[in-house]
Amino acid sequence: MKKDKTLISVNDLSRFYGQKCAIENVSFDAHRGEILGLLGPNGAGKSTTMQIICGVIAASNGSVNIVGHDIQDSPKYAKQNIGFLPEQLPLYNDLNVDEYLYYSAKLRGIEKANLKDAVTATKKRCGLENTGSRLIQNLSKGYKQRVGIAQAIIHAPSIIILDEPTSGLDPKQILEIRKLMRELSKDHSIILSTHILSEVEAVCDRVLIINEGNIVLDRYLKELLTDKNSLESIFMQLTSENNK
Amino acid sequence: MLNNIICIANNELRRFFKSSLAWIILAITQFFVAIFFYVPLVIYLQPASVASGLTDAVVATMYGFSAYIILVISPLLTMRLIAEERQLGTLRLLFSSPLSITEIVLGKFFGILALYLIILLMITLMPLSLLFGTQLDLGQISSILVGLSLLVASIASIGLFLSSLTNSPTVAAISTYGVLLFLMLIKIGGTNSSSEIAMEFSYLAIDKHYNNFLAGLFNSADIFYYVILTIFFLILCIWRLDAERTYG
Repeated sequence: MKKDKTLISVNDLSRFYGQKCAIENVSFDAHRGEILGLLGPNGAGKSTTMQIICGVIAASNGSVNIVGHDIQDSPKYAKQNIGFLPEQLPLYNDLNVDEYLYYSAKLRGIEKANLKDAVTATKKRCGLENTGSRLIQNLSKGYKQRVGIAQAIIHAPSIIILDEPTSGLDPKQILEIRKLMRELSKDHSIILSTHILSEVEAVCDRVLIINEGNIVLDRYLKELLTDKNSLESIFMQLTSENNK
Repeated sequence: MLNNIICIANNELRRFFKSSLAWIILAITQFFVAIFFYVPLVIYLQPASVASGLTDAVVATMYGFSAYIILVISPLLTMRLIAEERQLGTLRLLFSSPLSITEIVLGKFFGILALYLIILLMITLMPLSLLFGTQLDLGQISSILVGLSLLVASIASIGLFLSSLTNSPTVAAISTYGVLLFLMLIKIGGTNSSSEIAMEFSYLAIDKHYNNFLAGLFNSADIFYYVILTIFFLILCIWRLDAERTYG
């Protein structure tokens, strides 16, 4: 039963930048309907892992399987099931919101007949109904972030990958984005990277701590927090041990 | 495949016309080409003129100069193609979409080529206006237009490749100027020289083959020169982006 629910399986992933090893033998699965939090200090390899899963960069070793499609062997099918929000928002400042969303919908392979519906539904979902004709460069950071999330979910992918989706937002916007993520997790699987521990406690079902390119913890949050340990102390312990 | 290429090309063209830089470049091109159209025309109309024919004396002269004007503005058109996408982070949007790198590169290439063809169309309106009062050698004009299209295709692909090497449009523009200037000046190696190797150098010059088209000579060797140059740099660009995904 459990195998059917697996959407992503990552096996022994390694990646080198020249001589420098960014991640080493990373393996994990992600299942339907769960929010997976990828935690780690800066430079631990979170972004690298996410970019490999999305096919933005290739792994040096190992494989990524997305809903039954290998990202290297059949990237087109695999990528149709993925929505990616990179840390640096991939926005064209000189387009307006509608133009941008139509363009990303077409890139994601949505049929011409369904384009309008997809854009309208996504805008509604992300609270962008009244911003369609505004230039992206004139939007506030919070709205830009929403446009970024909108491009990631416009093709209704099974998996949504968000790299630090709440960085640089004010507290109210953070709450709104978290609410949106919880809503999305009903029919998508979400992988979320962050270095804010409270965010993981607030939205994630499962937590994965990555340090210096290795996975040092992979537990369900429910199990973890009954151990009378706070996430903070676990995090500090795991990330400092390896530094020695 | 074709849909994706058209989609990227369309977006390229749309974003191009949203920037003021584009309109300024188009206006400057039109202005200088107009001067090189007007001056030969006035000279031709003088009673003492000894020019052989209108198409040769005015139209070919104009197109000859426009090739150099296009060579000068070209790096400014191609510099942002990939460098800017990398700087903005939008390259990740393309990479994480279900597209092959070939589709991305060809989409960019045809987008910028469409822009060049718009420039050629605008330029061509000037000599065509002469048709109201006289006859022109339309065969020669078609030959020139084919030659100029091939020339701009190769310039575009060189600019596209150099734009894929960096994340700064300025660096892309400067290196494109360097390469284009080199490809023009390479013919100096062949002037006043009897040695065969020097002649080969002059054969490689990017503007030399265009001169045949200007004279109305439709030579398949010249066509192949530009086609090979274009494809060569397109393939380099695809390799470069592929390597970025694998090693970068």
